[in-house]
Amino acid sequence: MATAPDLPPEPATRATFVNIGERTNVTGSAAFKKLIMAGDYTRAVEVARQQVENGAQIIDVNMDEGLLDAEVAMTTFLKLIAAEPDIARVPIMVDSSKWTVIEAGLKCVSGKPVVNSISMKEGEEAFLHHARKVRAYGAAVVVMAFDEVGQADTKDRKVEICERAYKLLVEDGFPPEDIIFDPNIFAVATGIDEHRRYAIDFIEATAEIRKRCPGVHISGGVSNLSFSFRGNEPVRRAMHSVFLYHAIQAGMDMGIVNAGQLDVYDAIDPALREACEDVIWDRREDATERLIALAEGFKGKDAAAEKAAEEWRGWEVTKRLEHALVKGIDAYVVDDTEEARQMFARPIEVIEGPLMDGMNVVGDLFGSGKMFLPQVVKSARVMKKAVAHLLPFIEAEKVAGQRSKGRIVMATVKGDVHDIGKNIVGVVLQCNGYEVIDLGVMVPWMKILEAANENDADIIGLSGLITPSLDEMVTVASEMQRAGMEMPLLIGGATTSKVHTALRIAPAYEGPVIHVLDASRAVGVASTLMSDTQRDGFVEKTAADYEAVRKAREGKGQSELLPIAEARANAFATDFTQKPAAPKQPGVHVYADWDLADLRDYIDWTPFFRAWELAGNYPAILDDEVVGESARSLFADAQAMLDQIIAEKWLVAKGVAALWPCRREGDDIVIASGDAEVRVPMLRQQIRKREGRANMCLADFIDPAGDWIGGFAVTAGHGIEAHLARFKADHDDYRDILLKALADRLAEAFAERMHQHVRTTLWGYAEGEQLTNEALIREQYRGIRPAPGYPACPEHSLKPILFDLLGAGEATGITLTESFAMLPTAAVSGFYFGHPESEYFGVARVGRDQLEDYARRRGVDLDTAERWLRPNLD
Amino acid sequence: MKIAASDAARRLREQAAQRILLTDGAFGTMIQSYRLQEADYRGALEVTHDQKGNNDLLALTRPDVIAEITEAYLDAGSDIVSTNTFNANRISQADYGLEHLVRDINISSAQIARDAAGEWEAKDGRPRFVAGAIGPTNKTLSLSPDVNDPGFRAITFDELKDVYREQIDALLDGGVDFILIETVFDTLNAKAGIMACIEAGEARGIEVPIMLSFTVTDMSGRNLSGHSIESFWASVRHARPLTIGMNCSFGAPQLRPHVATIAAQADTLVMVYPNAGLPNELGQYDEQPETTGGFIREWAETGLINIVGGCCGTTPGHIAAMRHAVAGQAPRTIAKPAGHAILAGLEPMILAA
Repeated sequence: MATAPDLPPEPATRATFVNIGERTNVTGSAAFKKLIMAGDYTRAVEVARQQVENGAQIIDVNMDEGLLDAEVAMTTFLKLIAAEPDIARVPIMVDSSKWTVIEAGLKCVSGKPVVNSISMKEGEEAFLHHARKVRAYGAAVVVMAFDEVGQADTKDRKVEICERAYKLLVEDGFPPEDIIFDPNIFAVATGIDEHRRYAIDFIEATAEIRKRCPGVHISGGVSNLSFSFRGNEPVRRAMHSVFLYHAIQAGMDMGIVNAGQLDVYDAIDPALREACEDVIWDRREDATERLIALAEGFKGKDAAAEKAAEEWRGWEVTKRLEHALVKGIDAYVVDDTEEARQMFARPIEVIEGPLMDGMNVVGDLFGSGKMFLPQVVKSARVMKKAVAHLLPFIEAEKVAGQRSKGRIVMATVKGDVHDIGKNIVGVVLQCNGYEVIDLGVMVPWMKILEAANENDADIIGLSGLITPSLDEMVTVASEMQRAGMEMPLLIGGATTSKVHTALRIAPAYEGPVIHVLDASRAVGVASTLMSDTQRDGFVEKTAADYEAVRKAREGKGQSELLPIAEARANAFATDFTQKPAAPKQPGVHVYADWDLADLRDYIDWTPFFRAWELAGNYPAILDDEVVGESARSLFADAQAMLDQIIAEKWLVAKGVAALWPCRREGDDIVIASGDAEVRVPMLRQQIRKREGRANMCLADFIDPAGDWIGGFAVTAGHGIEAHLARFKADHDDYRDILLKALADRLAEAFAERMHQHVRTTLWGYAEGEQLTNEALIREQYRGIRPAPGYPACPEHSLKPILFDLLGAGEATGITLTESFAMLPTAAVSGFYFGHPESEYFGVARVGRDQLEDYARRRGVDLDTAERWLRPNLD
Repeated sequence: MKIAASDAARRLREQAAQRILLTDGAFGTMIQSYRLQEADYRGALEVTHDQKGNNDLLALTRPDVIAEITEAYLDAGSDIVSTNTFNANRISQADYGLEHLVRDINISSAQIARDAAGEWEAKDGRPRFVAGAIGPTNKTLSLSPDVNDPGFRAITFDELKDVYREQIDALLDGGVDFILIETVFDTLNAKAGIMACIEAGEARGIEVPIMLSFTVTDMSGRNLSGHSIESFWASVRHARPLTIGMNCSFGAPQLRPHVATIAAQADTLVMVYPNAGLPNELGQYDEQPETTGGFIREWAETGLINIVGGCCGTTPGHIAAMRHAVAGQAPRTIAKPAGHAILAGLEPMILAA
């Protein structure tokens, strides 16, 4: 199962932006004010409902109007919405400039609300008195940047007031995490010079307050910003979106906004966006004039813009579907979906094709902070309509009277409302003849278990998108266990993972637990589980797989990571007075056909036996009580084949080694190759070490003042294919595997031999070295040869850099796949470090900060870097 | 204003760090077995209403019965005994025309429990504690009793707070260690109770330790005002309660998932006292002590609880069975504070910093 259109997790569960609905505010909404003044509370309640439906995560209620009894209006309205579960599910923000109104409101609100706001306007005593009351009522609080002198307008004043308020509150016992500062958003582009820096002041103050007052949140009333453009909605929306885009990055994590009306940053008219940027950052003298001039063209454009916007209706249908999804326009989606359905052979392809493509765009925009939750909710709605239109056709496709292949109970777990992915999986399964009982969203475990029992289900499928759903899935699994169930449990959804499934869910339930990566695999997994012949094998294999994941993770994630700067400060202090002299033969050395007989003596046999799952060290293994006999027989066969390989030259060993001048720059090694300088970024250990242990990085072994480094690539795999084909044709698996294993051993032996050649001859720092093969295997030589993809330098993507430096492709015929695997597979490549203090180590887990830094150093985007480093990330 | 910390709370935490503690079981079930008549209830009081069934009144008219039951629980192993004052508030006593006796009932009930606890503590040196129980009343701050007028409320926050305050002051004057706000079916009622405790503490200059006990009203795991245990916790965390947990509702198996939820989140002691199973068709509780004990044993083994006891249908036999079930088992490890704000409507909402 999967939540295929990878919507990112809900902001409420991570440090992003919380929308506070502003439409139930008589000072902000003329329409709402009119309803309240007229006493039409029924329709006023509908305004609140719409806001929540549009994605408001908190609703702000304000009744500050001179002609109203605000206390009465506030309490009446709050009591009414308390009776509406689909409104009351979100927290309430009790908003008034009068304390009496706030207190009256708090007496009607259950749950944990937010007070908006208190300040030091009337001095510290009144401020603390109100804060204590707020706390006793069990509310969080918005603190305005306002003191005895007045409202803070400059960055310094905002920061100073907030910091003072923070200290007062925290010393008084107020939990810092319950403090929300509002550092005042004021109107810009008013034509008054003093107002020009208002946006900058807010954004900069936000960053500073977050730094100085740990734990707090930052909020603000966004619509103030564009006050001077009243009546020009397109411009106001653009200003808000641009402002939020930057303020959120600075640490603003809540805001009072019209949840239904924000533009996608990327979708704002570029000229308008630029003009907004100019105004917000006060980038040019005439920024305001230019925005005003531009604004004229957008004025009243809501109607005109609609018309211009109709242009997209002329696009081809798949583009139109994408546009509708990104913009959240559902007006034409049924027609467009129908048109697309007729284009494709099967209705399911419309979902798997254009609809999914559109949702992926939505996911990307949201993930990068260019789209906000309300828009995502709208997009989801469009998607649902499209899917609903297709469903009957998909149903009809099923052969009438066909027996169900299996019955699957599916649910989005408690606390989670995302069901697009689950629905898609449901559709795909139904298309393939499964009976799906869909329990919908926010389903508590009891209901899931009940439904599974009542319907005699074959499989339970759980979906979830937000991170807390992961824990809920564990709960469902443990409850299934407690209920003694045995049916398979499938796990899917964007935040789910094989690792989480293996670590947390599978151990909670003895029945089969399987993480299903995406919708396309759901059918395969389901049919395997329903198969008499394949089920057991698959279940065992998956269980073993998860066990391996758990083993691999053991002990991981426990140790604390240092910030990368601290890790760097604890770098290994190499003594460069001992660094090796310059190589005797610098440059690149190619060996087109190394003598296999020479390599034979350098073979490390222990891994050879391990490859055959015979445990023990060579040569003791040959006399082992248990496996000795098998080992001897295998060894004899191997020797015989080696004889043949060498005599008949089955394999060709090609290699290249090189030595270049280099220097260290930070954690990068800068290699001089010919005229060019090639930068090789390395990773550093970040796990907190005990006293006296360094946070190692390979770059530490290189002298910043100038040094030498080597590189190599060797293979013993050329020519192997013909022989493997021969064995295959003979159905001779044994010799097939034997040859592959020997080729691997020869490649490793070649690496060992080449390293020795480098030490004694090419670099020559160990000219007189006399080591037995055992000593070589025990690495008793000076220097190391770490390989990309191995612990000291875990990042495989360094291989193309190394290969370019070496000209390895041409010299050895080794090629790299797109995931940086070497072909032929019997190949080894790596770097040479000659310093006597250089040693092997494991980089292990790295932090986000190093990941970001590494992405910068490698010049790749964060996603790419993250993909590369995934095994080293949490 | 300086408010002194409660020494009893400190001592309870100290005990709870060492073992799983026991609170008591039901009063109602036990009182029934005495087959008391109107005359027993009424005693020498001049009353205007029938008093049969006004169990809280027995503290004045048959204190021997209340003392005997309390002692039976202490015998069974209870570390905490609660006062028999679930309905000893002005709203509930109005049904019996006894609003004027609220203070006397609470003081007397507290003294009975205090005396018994003191006697048992003196016997073996093991600390015993008294929890002053306050019920939810029959009025709700979150809901309208009139379906046609959803904005109507039968009581206001301040009125309810005053009702609670009267009871709390009397219980404290009678010598209780803690205030137990139990069977919370309306979260806002509990918040009024918390406010009353805070204000009582401020008036006395000494902390009033609060124990909070939530109840679910259906299998969805929500109370009457629509909160789950998670959103309830978010709503009352500001009280820094001495214990948080659940009582009544159902038997142990039905409560378990919610107990597990709160056990994982609460950075304070967890106290749970379920009913003796589900009532039979006659409204009686049949679950045998060993059965209840078996459930509690599993909770203890899983590390879900710090304090355990019984609600409707439980007897000293059940408490004794629980004592055996938890003997030698490690108490639940208190969860780390969340470190982030959790707001709540009906649903909790985490504000990640």
